[in-house]
Amino acid sequence: MDWGNIFGNAVGEIISPTTAAYALAAIGLGIHFGYTGLLNFGQAAFLLIGAYAFAIPTLAGAPLIVAVLSAIICSVIFAFILGIPTLRLRADYLAIVTIAAAEVVRYIVTTTGLTDFTGAANGLSGFKGTFAAINPIPEGRYGFGPFTYNEYDWWIRIVGWALVVLASVLVFLLMRSPWGRVVKGIREDEDAVRSLGKNVYSYKMQALVLGGVMGSVAGIIFILPRAVQPANYTTGLTFFIWTIMLLGGAATIFGPIVGSMIFWVVLSLTQGILYGAIESGALSFISTTQAGQIRFILVGVALMLLVIFRPQGIFGNKKELSFSV
Amino acid sequence: MSNISEPAVVATHPLVKGEVGPGCAKTDPIVIADHVTRQFGGLKAVDVDHLEIPRGQITALIGPNGAGKTTMFNLLTGFDKPNTGTWEFDGKSLAGVPAFKVARAGMVRTFQLTKSLGRLSVLQNMLLGATGQKGEGLFSALFKPLWRKQEEENTARADDLLARFKLDAKREDYAASLSGGQRKLLEMARALMSKPELIMLDEPMAGVNPALTQSLLGHIKNLKSDGTSVLFVEHDMHMVMHISDWVIVMAEGRVVAEGPPESVMKDPAVIDAYLGAHHDEDLGDLMEDGPNPVLEAERKAREAHPEVDEGPGYGETTTPPAAERER
Amino acid sequence: MIAGIRLGRGVRLTTMIVAVLALCLGFALGAAATSARATETPAPTPTSTDSGDFTTTYTIGGILRDGDTLVAGAEVTVEGGDFSEVATTDDTGRWSVVVPGKGDYTVTLDPETLPDGVELRDPDKSSATVSAGEWQTNTITRSFPLGADTRQTTGFFEQFLQRLAAGLNFGLLIALAAIGITLIFGTTGLNNFAHGEMVTFGAIVAWVVAVLLGINIFIAMVVALVLGGVFGYLNDWLLWKPLRRKGVKLVQAMIVSIGLAIALRYLYLFNIGGDTKTMNVGLSDAVVLGPVRITTGSLISMLISVVVLVLVGLFLTRTRIGKATRAVSDNPSLAAASGIDVDRIIRIVWVLAGALAALAGVMLALYRQVSWDMGFQVLLLMFAAVTLGGLGSAYGALVGSIVVGLFVELSTLFIPPDLKYAAALVVLILVLLVRPQGILGRKERIG
Repeated sequence: MDWGNIFGNAVGEIISPTTAAYALAAIGLGIHFGYTGLLNFGQAAFLLIGAYAFAIPTLAGAPLIVAVLSAIICSVIFAFILGIPTLRLRADYLAIVTIAAAEVVRYIVTTTGLTDFTGAANGLSGFKGTFAAINPIPEGRYGFGPFTYNEYDWWIRIVGWALVVLASVLVFLLMRSPWGRVVKGIREDEDAVRSLGKNVYSYKMQALVLGGVMGSVAGIIFILPRAVQPANYTTGLTFFIWTIMLLGGAATIFGPIVGSMIFWVVLSLTQGILYGAIESGALSFISTTQAGQIRFILVGVALMLLVIFRPQGIFGNKKELSFSV
Repeated sequence: MSNISEPAVVATHPLVKGEVGPGCAKTDPIVIADHVTRQFGGLKAVDVDHLEIPRGQITALIGPNGAGKTTMFNLLTGFDKPNTGTWEFDGKSLAGVPAFKVARAGMVRTFQLTKSLGRLSVLQNMLLGATGQKGEGLFSALFKPLWRKQEEENTARADDLLARFKLDAKREDYAASLSGGQRKLLEMARALMSKPELIMLDEPMAGVNPALTQSLLGHIKNLKSDGTSVLFVEHDMHMVMHISDWVIVMAEGRVVAEGPPESVMKDPAVIDAYLGAHHDEDLGDLMEDGPNPVLEAERKAREAHPEVDEGPGYGETTTPPAAERER
Repeated sequence: MIAGIRLGRGVRLTTMIVAVLALCLGFALGAAATSARATETPAPTPTSTDSGDFTTTYTIGGILRDGDTLVAGAEVTVEGGDFSEVATTDDTGRWSVVVPGKGDYTVTLDPETLPDGVELRDPDKSSATVSAGEWQTNTITRSFPLGADTRQTTGFFEQFLQRLAAGLNFGLLIALAAIGITLIFGTTGLNNFAHGEMVTFGAIVAWVVAVLLGINIFIAMVVALVLGGVFGYLNDWLLWKPLRRKGVKLVQAMIVSIGLAIALRYLYLFNIGGDTKTMNVGLSDAVVLGPVRITTGSLISMLISVVVLVLVGLFLTRTRIGKATRAVSDNPSLAAASGIDVDRIIRIVWVLAGALAALAGVMLALYRQVSWDMGFQVLLLMFAAVTLGGLGSAYGALVGSIVVGLFVELSTLFIPPDLKYAAALVVLILVLLVRPQGILGRKERIG
């Protein structure tokens, strides 16, 4: 078994753009659920919207800034569409409607009727030009050990993690402010907050939009190293983001980041070890595909254990973060 | 309902324009409600033809269980929607106005089951009560200099109120660690942060131990001397007699009697409402109907685990209301 | 949650979870030996740009179909640089060309080779290009839309009746599973996201018994029903009862059910592989009832669904246990105070829900084959049905299910079939806008 390679790959996941994208999506979800108590089970839809609303204009020849704005605006509109009917209802209605809406948008981008725009089940590719064009890093390979990448890969990582830091700072500033106090109050008892003259509906909407925009920007980072594939945006994606958020601690600043790093490093490690064991003949009775599936069985079990035994996550404060309902 | 005999005692009162009786006009009303009805299925929980609440006074809203007092509270404060009816507060119509705007208009309420926010500190709870905060806007929240000064002022006011309510030692603790009575105090203090014109207290004494009751009474009296109008729902007759200036009695959704405390207790309509036909028992004792067993159990459960202010656990739900939050 | 006194329970819960995990692995390893089939994992995998270049085969391919008919024998030419190769579609309409590497290719369909009466929808689009930048994966798909709307070949009214029958069938089998969801929600407040996996469980059991072991499908149905009940019981006994004891909150429990759903779903994938299994049990003969053609399988499944739903209705309204169930749904503490053993009722509800879901799984398998995520695909429709009917109401779930079933099938008269589930979910959202309490939910509540 090539342990060097296995660990190298795993360590590489720490700063991979995918890890950054999941961290950013989890920060957004943290605003929804961790701080405001909104049960958003449709975070995948925000990533999807970010991806398509970025890729489609880019492929149509729009400059980078227009494509990014398009992603942001589309996610804001989507947040409103989700929020208007459901934010007045009980929390579990939001859960069902968000998960339903996420599936609806996935069906829509997958339908063959829209192949010309969305590429249907094939998705989209070839949209990296505008982002690569503003890369200030000269061509070449940089770094050391497992962290050796070419200029484009460094560029995605730098931008991706810069956005993660920016989002974390934003969350930190918001949550120490009176605004954060109001949404934390809503998380616990919205009637109490309403009785104090706060427009609860408006705050919930603001939180939904803010977290949704982060999800949509995460969607852009997520597709920059790969293609847009509608099959990536199933509810499975949402639940992985949930796992990441709960792993680190739902209402914490560093939780989503560390959660995402642990999630991907562990997935990479288990994959490397299982594959290595299969190749070396130590595990002869399962295939590499099945090894990949074992990892997701483990994700499911880990999610259960986490929620039951450490609902506040790694960084969370149990008094503040245990589930209120 | 059984309004056969007219109130025999006082016909006039300084607070009242004209004759004293159910739904009488006040000289200086702060709330005027007309034709407010609320139907739950076949049951008319509230059916109030006309009701005025005097300004600057302590008004008690009493009545047997199921009389519609809390529903009336919910309707007036925008937490529930009536089937019919209009009402105004300080001359402004509040019918159909959402709860948060009612609170901003100066009519702030507390809840029968205390809604202190257990996962915020006592001080944060207090600060949440302040109105017109610049830092509560999404964009200004990001820039502390915009709201630092206001926050300091609010903190000073909060500390002042906490000291008055003897909660200053608990300032930094999570509100979940407070006792039931302290939570009642916190909720009242928090409501005061918004400097309300009218404060509406839903059973402020329920579950509060006798030692705290006295200080709560004192606080309510102080509110009046500060110029705040008070409307409260209460079961404890002795407390009602002790501090209220005016008493409104509801039964089966209607206002059946009102008047100053001394005379209203002798009103046959009130005795009817509470006792039906059994007239010969002492009303004062009976009205002190022991605490509601369900609420009592709930309170005990809370006090047994003071550090967690829990919502319903999985598998211990009450009725799954199809649309509880539907508004 | 108080630590001290709950220590015992914590240990028990840990043991339980370790047991579940061990069981999973046991299953997994056991089954791996029998069916180690290569399937793709549809979950997102972190492939970065600089990995994935190890393999050297690059393929361009696709499936040709005219409406629902697969087109065989058509020729597709792939050209790029010096490379040129012609592929012919096989019986399943598939074609594929292995190309020498990443790069630009032109893919052209020869319209002359299409069967008579089949034409390109847009004659100008007989060729498509694959650009170099598209090679993110080793396989690129190009499709050629064929034919006009073939649905016009039969009259609208016949189509309508056909869809109506299919919708009724689908609605009834959703109802079977959804009643379990609503009973569990009513008695414990849990939105069980692992309910879809109970449906899949029934389908897999029926597939193993009826197809792999070749036993009569009706016996397979009974086996699935019984094992489904056992599965429901185990769910409650191993997981949900200890969690109730532990005082786990509703949202927490809901996320636990999501974790359980993920674990079970991938466990199924691990064991049976990712391909779709056909339920070839001799029930696919068509019966013609006036203008409607329906398979015997669908007819039998509708019949069974109706009978079972009536039985469940009678159980809930006429028997002591059924009445107790409704009492618990209405107010658990009151029910407990009046001497009802709430835990026992919840256990019965889980058994019932598991059995009904498994039965629904068998019907679903007859209706559209067996796959590892079939239950999850209909989970949202079940939630939609329950929400439409008003959370917690059994009759509401029935009505909601029929509405969802009819809507899913009838919508295909007007919109592309691949959007039919989306249509049902959009309706759910719209209904919540105008009538949040659901179709039969009570708007008002005494309080």
